[in-house]
Amino acid sequence: MSTERSPALRRAGLVALELCVPVLLLVGYGLWSHRALDFYFPPLGEIAEVFGRLWLFDRVPGDLLPSLVRMLAGYALSVVLGVGAGLLLGLSRLLRTAAEPVVEFLRALPAPALIPFALLLFGAGDGAKVFVIVLGAVWPILLNTIDGVRGVDAQQLDMARAYRVPFAARVLHIVLPAASPRIFAGMRTSLAIAIILMVVSEMVASSNGLGYFVLESQRSFAIPEMWTGIILLGVLGYALNWVFLRVERRALFWHRGARGRLGTAGPPGRRGRAARPRSAPSPEVTDA
Amino acid sequence: MGADTAPAVPAGAALVSGRAGAPARGGRAGPVRARARRWRELGVRVGGVLAVLAAFELCSRLGVLPRQWFPPVSEIYVELFRLAFGRPLWVEIGRTLSGWAIGLGLATLLAVPAGVLLGSSRIAYHLSRTVIEFFRPVPSVALIPLAVLVYGTGLDMKVFLIVFVTFWPVLMQTIYGVQDVDPVAKDTARCYGLPPTAVFRLITLPSAAPYIATGLRLSSSVALVLAVTAELVAGSPGLGQAIVVAQSNALITRMYALIIVTGLVGWGLNSAFQAVEGRLLRWHPSQRQEVAR
Repeated sequence: MSTERSPALRRAGLVALELCVPVLLLVGYGLWSHRALDFYFPPLGEIAEVFGRLWLFDRVPGDLLPSLVRMLAGYALSVVLGVGAGLLLGLSRLLRTAAEPVVEFLRALPAPALIPFALLLFGAGDGAKVFVIVLGAVWPILLNTIDGVRGVDAQQLDMARAYRVPFAARVLHIVLPAASPRIFAGMRTSLAIAIILMVVSEMVASSNGLGYFVLESQRSFAIPEMWTGIILLGVLGYALNWVFLRVERRALFWHRGARGRLGTAGPPGRRGRAARPRSAPSPEVTDA
Repeated sequence: MGADTAPAVPAGAALVSGRAGAPARGGRAGPVRARARRWRELGVRVGGVLAVLAAFELCSRLGVLPRQWFPPVSEIYVELFRLAFGRPLWVEIGRTLSGWAIGLGLATLLAVPAGVLLGSSRIAYHLSRTVIEFFRPVPSVALIPLAVLVYGTGLDMKVFLIVFVTFWPVLMQTIYGVQDVDPVAKDTARCYGLPPTAVFRLITLPSAAPYIATGLRLSSSVALVLAVTAELVAGSPGLGQAIVVAQSNALITRMYALIIVTGLVGWGLNSAFQAVEGRLLRWHPSQRQEVAR
């Protein structure tokens, strides 16, 4: 791309470039499925027709809403528990050491393996699903909060202590804001996990919800219906991620601004660059 | 898993290592005090584990949780040891791990070259971006029904799911890694007239390696989750299925023992990855982060 063209034109060119592969893929699938008549891969038109019939808005209250409620409840609980426990463990070295092996074990335990346990504990209701979601989604938030809390500028804390700022205010106004970029990074990872666990828990034991719908469609060989469920889940994942990025950008605008200014002030140090794969790659990288 | 590349979870052992602001207190006071501190830390850790186990044991023995569904931890561990001396447990572990290994290996073989390509060509990157951004957050488990239809319930299905899931994190990390190569190093190489293959081998690959390693570490745990899920939902043989079978046969103690085994497998994989990563990338500053800070 030449640099002389106007920015608007360049952006239009970029959008066209980025859209051309997906459009080609869709058209290609449409043409192929129209002629191939493969039972497992129905034509696009049929999928679209079934999608309109089912999801606008016939099954929304029966399947989509319960799924969303479970997921959001589990996610909200994970955030509260993760940040709360993360603050506690981040501030106390003793607690952190004592909890480390247990946390490491539970984090490594694949959450779906706990579904039978959750069913025994809560029965087949919503409780079990929310429990499984929390058990999977809480760890990234917890570990990132701990890391964020430990990374707080020690000088700021000392200064606040010297000025006798009370403990609660120190946590609220110094520790939490300083840790928030890391907390958000953890929350973003957890969002994806929460969606996945919602689907899995509904597949194993449920009588409604998206996961149940997709699996039941497959078992009764309602293939176009199954595809609409898969597509809806894809759209849901994409949309939730998009919403999260917007929220994060709003909440952390000060952080991004501060970083931007730092970036122009001097050349990036080798150390800072190298450390990046460890800490969360900044959202603007993924988003650029 | 739509797990994104924001790895978020730092290299595990960092949970307790020396605090950033307070330089090791024991370090300067001499080796004796340092060793004493390490022993004390170990004691605290063991104490933490024992406290949790004791809490469960008490809950079950005192009837806070109904005993027929929540057997005491001691009984679970007895069952665990009995299983560990039999062959079936290891067969199940092997089945789960073979799906994990094949899937992760295939995904790496596909994703790293693709990532290098997309990372080094701007046009290719923009062409593929929308597709990548769309597929990445798609909850992988939604594809289980499709995978069952196309591949049945055997190993193929597990491998397909794991490849689909782990492909994206590895791809994204590779792209970032290749794009993040120090431009000065690249320009220098060009000034010295190094051929492109040498630039790739000597500069691009080493500087992308830590990113790729992070992607692999993330993918490894995701792959295990997917393997267990596939076994649990679709009934392909492995640990997940063994858990379901134990549960439906009302062998509750065995079910808990198997859940613990699954956790231990995940924990072992995590630790192995961290150890290998730390060894192979010893030279890289990110491995010395705690010290450098």
